[in-house]
Amino acid sequence: MNKTKKQGKTKYLILSILGLTVFFGIWQAAVKLGWVSERSLKAPTDIIQTFIYKLTNKSPDGATLPTHFWFSLRLALSSFAIATIIGVPLGWFMGFYKKLDMLLNPIFEIVRPIPPIAWIPIVILTLGIGFQAKMFIIFVAAFVPNVINSYLGIRMTDMTLVNVAKTYGATDWEIFTTVCIPSSLNMVFTGIRLSLNASWTTLVAAEMLASTKGLGYMIQMGRTIIRPDIIIVGMFSIGITGALLNIILNLFEKKVAPWRYRD
Amino acid sequence: MSDDVKVKVRGLTKKFGDLLVLDNISFDIKKGDFVCIVGPTGCGKTTFLNLLVKLLEPTSGQILIDNEPADPKKHNISFVFQEPSAFPWLTVEQNIQYGMKIKKLAPEVIKERTEEILTALGLSDVRNSFPRELSASMEQRVVIGRSFAMHPDLLLMDEPYAQMDIKVRYYLEDQVIKLWQQTGSTVLFITHNIEEAVYLSEKCLILTNKPATIREEKKIDLPRPRDIASEEFIELREYITKQIKWW
Repeated sequence: MNKTKKQGKTKYLILSILGLTVFFGIWQAAVKLGWVSERSLKAPTDIIQTFIYKLTNKSPDGATLPTHFWFSLRLALSSFAIATIIGVPLGWFMGFYKKLDMLLNPIFEIVRPIPPIAWIPIVILTLGIGFQAKMFIIFVAAFVPNVINSYLGIRMTDMTLVNVAKTYGATDWEIFTTVCIPSSLNMVFTGIRLSLNASWTTLVAAEMLASTKGLGYMIQMGRTIIRPDIIIVGMFSIGITGALLNIILNLFEKKVAPWRYRD
Repeated sequence: MSDDVKVKVRGLTKKFGDLLVLDNISFDIKKGDFVCIVGPTGCGKTTFLNLLVKLLEPTSGQILIDNEPADPKKHNISFVFQEPSAFPWLTVEQNIQYGMKIKKLAPEVIKERTEEILTALGLSDVRNSFPRELSASMEQRVVIGRSFAMHPDLLLMDEPYAQMDIKVRYYLEDQVIKLWQQTGSTVLFITHNIEEAVYLSEKCLILTNKPATIREEKKIDLPRPRDIASEEFIELREYITKQIKWW
């Protein structure tokens, strides 16, 4: 049993590596054989070189890659954390308490469809172009999925389980905390995952606001000075970090909600 | 004599809009009794149980437990639902403890009863498993254990074995009898399976078709363990079947 599982895993790993190799191989060939101009795209090997160079060098965009990275990570994660800490409980309470739902849902329904980027002009006028302004834009993007999913998670609670608690004489608060919240965690984590992705992908847009640091800024600079390798290093940094954050979130979810994962 | 009465139902009536579902039902259940309610499908059996635990409010009539209006917050009531109802996020052990924790029993009592139930139902080996990891019949055993662990004043069971195959059902029926004898709980068991009703109960309440009212209270005084192939058993089963027929 274990052996077949291991074999399956090895097979999966080989396929994954094969996929990556083919992808980067074609890319390398496309640039080196001149199918694509080096002015618009660099080969993977050049990008690795730029990556190593940028680890310690500030030129040509004014800061090292770790500085950009740290600035962006701080920005994205702090906005994401605030959006989660406010959004998840808000969704829970709106899902459970009808009056709160009636009070807040109309506002939320109007705000919800506005794309985060559409907030930029008004944010510049009210909050300026500093760290707070950027945080707010990412917060808006990360907030919405947190609220919606937590809200739906509570709404989708199995009524039989609520009735079990009721027949034991549980109070509303006990029903909320011991039945509705645990039962919503499935949806909540989907929301948190979407929110994390949203915060990370809105980064570039937020860093369009007069920045001097950040991966989004680095990408913008790469375009201005026509350095596709810098752009791609920035893009990959965002992509790989996003994937790593997802893995960390999965591990966290397995700790908090183990009943969904155990074999 | 009246001290012996655990549950008193008087003139219980339930209407949904114009639809009369339960019509003026009155009966008593003695302490420690095992009562089965049988009736044609859709006659309002589940509505009746939901009224008893206040998931629904009656249109008129009264339900008294120990001479006080029934209230899950005050009385110790357990309900085993037809649908799977173990909490997916709690282990077997935590599921069994859930009701006792809501009732804020002392930790020693909770611990002692948990062990009792785990042993009685043969669940000790899976105490740390989640319901998802168990078979349907095992999950239902957890739910039954959770209910008996309360040592309830009144245990209500709404066709708990409707979705089980026959072998598992026989086994679980015996388990319920065993727990009932051990804990001295008062049990009200709803079923549409007449054989099950005769096998389990001390008394059968036979309901009529909608609007439901009690057609007859039938005492089942067969010795235990009961033999479903015995003459008296078959006689009783056929008698009740005849009473239920509405066509």
